[in-house]
Amino acid sequence: MVMTIHNLYIFDRNGTLMFYGEWNRKKAGTMNKEEEGKLVYGMLFSLRSFLEKISPLDLTDNSFCYRTSKYKMNYWESPTGVKFVMNTDLSSPNVKDLLRVIYQMVYVEYVVKNPVCPMGEYIHSELFAQKLDELVKSSLIYTSKTS
Amino acid sequence: KYDHMMAIHSVYIVSKSGGMIFNYDHNFPKVESEKTFSFPMDLKLELRNKKLVVVFGQRDGICIGQTLLSINGTLVTGGQMENGEDALEYLSNGANFPASLRFGRTRMTTNEKMFLGSMFYPLYAIASQISPEPHSSGIQVLEAETFKLHCLQTLTGVKFIAICDPRLQGMEIILRKIYELYADYVLKNPFYALEMPIRCDLFNDNLKVLLETIERTGITNV
Repeated sequence: MVMTIHNLYIFDRNGTLMFYGEWNRKKAGTMNKEEEGKLVYGMLFSLRSFLEKISPLDLTDNSFCYRTSKYKMNYWESPTGVKFVMNTDLSSPNVKDLLRVIYQMVYVEYVVKNPVCPMGEYIHSELFAQKLDELVKSSLIYTSKTS
Repeated sequence: KYDHMMAIHSVYIVSKSGGMIFNYDHNFPKVESEKTFSFPMDLKLELRNKKLVVVFGQRDGICIGQTLLSINGTLVTGGQMENGEDALEYLSNGANFPASLRFGRTRMTTNEKMFLGSMFYPLYAIASQISPEPHSSGIQVLEAETFKLHCLQTLTGVKFIAICDPRLQGMEIILRKIYELYADYVLKNPFYALEMPIRCDLFNDNLKVLLETIERTGITNV
């Protein structure tokens, strides 16, 4: 089975794109990263309010996912409002735990604990990017890729 | 008598141009709880969208986002009690306590449903646009903790949407079946104009029979 992680968006609680990581993206975006970040955030914001209204029961979980014919989008939000969005292929299992580990082991360690990393702006830290890449590439979903 | 795993909560149909033309609530769970409070209350209520909503102080099944439905058995609508008194003012007076308050999730009004149904259209389109893989469709399955939404877009652009229990399997088949019913009882109805809200009794009846059959005997018999 071939599994793939396509890309990852990190947004802060105000909707600013804090980080964009790409591993296997076959279709290049038609707009620049900043514009695309706004589009993705706007969509997720609407999607979340849509979910809350349409749900037959009370939602207590801060994650959801959707799938199309080609990919699966996984969303997880920390209690502080940092949003992680990871696109994977359809056969990948739920990556909610992976997103939580990224938050805990990479975001908190190399962004929150880094005093020269300003909050609410794009993360330019190379150490963060490197650690994130290492974690994603060591995850089961990435390593089980055969091609 | 009834297996909860087979629950299909609602069915929506969104037309090619994005308007909601049909909605049907089949098996909508009722969430309500009543509790006696003393003064001061350990809940914070706020008037939002003409409803008194719990904004802080989740406890005993009363969740944030639920609406105040009644005080001591008197219904509360639009933030007001039946005698016209402001509900928030009534609750700020310690002399009115202890009071028994009933909270619950409110059913959506038809207007709200129209709004949500139409809101799905751009979400579907953007999901296809931001796809990391070429030639992707829009959202086919949207999964949250409490429900699963399935969407079937036909070649003609009509979307069939069903909201059901997350454990329910084989929803694609059911949506195809509903599409079949639509083709049979809506499109063949000479009094039905395309893109207009669906008001066809035969369609309603057959849809109801289909959903009830699924609940009773499962998807394999459809």
